[in-house]
Amino acid sequence: MAFTQEEVLEGLAEIVNEVAGVEVEDVQLDKSFIGDLDVDSLSMVEVVVAAEEKFDVKIPDDEVKNLSTVGDAVSYILAHAES
Amino acid sequence: MSKPIESPAGAPHARILGVGGYRPSRVITNEQICQVIDSTDEWIRSRTGIEERRWATAEESVGVMSVAASGKALAAAGIEAEQLGCVVIATVTHLVQTPSLAADVANQLGAANAAAFDISAACAGFCHGLALAQDMIRGGSAEYVLVIGVERLSDLTDMNDRSTAFIFGDGAGAAVVGPSQTPGIGPVAWGADGSQYDAIGQTFNWERLREESDAGFPALRMSGQQVFRWASYQMVPVAKRALERAGIAADDLDAFIPHQANNRITDAMIKALKLPAHVPVARDIAKTGNTSAASIPLAMERMLEEGEAPHGGTALLIGFGAGLVYAAQVVVLP
Repeated sequence: MAFTQEEVLEGLAEIVNEVAGVEVEDVQLDKSFIGDLDVDSLSMVEVVVAAEEKFDVKIPDDEVKNLSTVGDAVSYILAHAES
Repeated sequence: MSKPIESPAGAPHARILGVGGYRPSRVITNEQICQVIDSTDEWIRSRTGIEERRWATAEESVGVMSVAASGKALAAAGIEAEQLGCVVIATVTHLVQTPSLAADVANQLGAANAAAFDISAACAGFCHGLALAQDMIRGGSAEYVLVIGVERLSDLTDMNDRSTAFIFGDGAGAAVVGPSQTPGIGPVAWGADGSQYDAIGQTFNWERLREESDAGFPALRMSGQQVFRWASYQMVPVAKRALERAGIAADDLDAFIPHQANNRITDAMIKALKLPAHVPVARDIAKTGNTSAASIPLAMERMLEEGEAPHGGTALLIGFGAGLVYAAQVVVLP
């Protein structure tokens, strides 16, 4: 089942809210995790692990560094999730 | 035909009879760390849970700290050093290849009847030591075993490394393990993943000091996110296996004492284990930092002394560290 960008953004917003207490509405594509949303590098790991489960995708450690914005994460998930 | 050899078994079970710790005298606050690296007390606390840590003085060598912690453990156990059949020291900061620290410490303690050796299993060292002690006692190789976890991580800390300068601390924790009619130490759940050999370790081999006159001194480094992910998620099945093998549910525990690597790892483990809220959890890292092999016995001692965990209660211990290696077991607290 392929996800739409909207579904991924929504799912990711739920995860970021659960892990780091960020308001769901604040999780927008152009927001940076560390700078805008105050999600530190350890919380990023928790977000990534939850996203792997939710979207059935693998996000290796060396990829996590490249996910600076919510948009980066959404694009990665869309590109790598099982269809 | 040759005469068959004899192989008598030892005691039916083993248990921890006493625990003791030594914390160095120098208290180092986050502010002091932040005088050298660009960070803040608030960032360090939220990232790791560390408020302060202890660093050894020149006099507080790994030997001095080991002897001090051992004296307390022996007194708590009501055992004399002469009764010890083995002294095992888990450490990665005994900075000489040979002789072992254990041989020296055994001699200083007056453990005249003990075998002595060091083991290198990083932050999982103490749990490895407990597993060995239990097997020795049940196998008949020793009646009483002294297991020590000791580190002077400050010797291998790069004070200018923003990612590690605030984490490491020094100290020693010791446990006297002895025979028991009822189980006091559960079966170990342990293993190694050498495919992640590069995740944590010393920056370079000692040999470089001989080859390069300006090499500096090696230090400990870690791939933070990789280690955090491994510890927070891959160690949970190990903890569960230790519980299963001991026939204990998370609900039955009187304490959870994970290696004090990082408070955030502890939090992630509690969540994934679904540890009930009533189970006290070790948070010694706040005052002690990450003391590798010493962290579990130091945390255990604090929980018992402060009445957070009951004497005779059931505790889940789990150590995990460079290698990457890990070991977990359920124990009855002394």
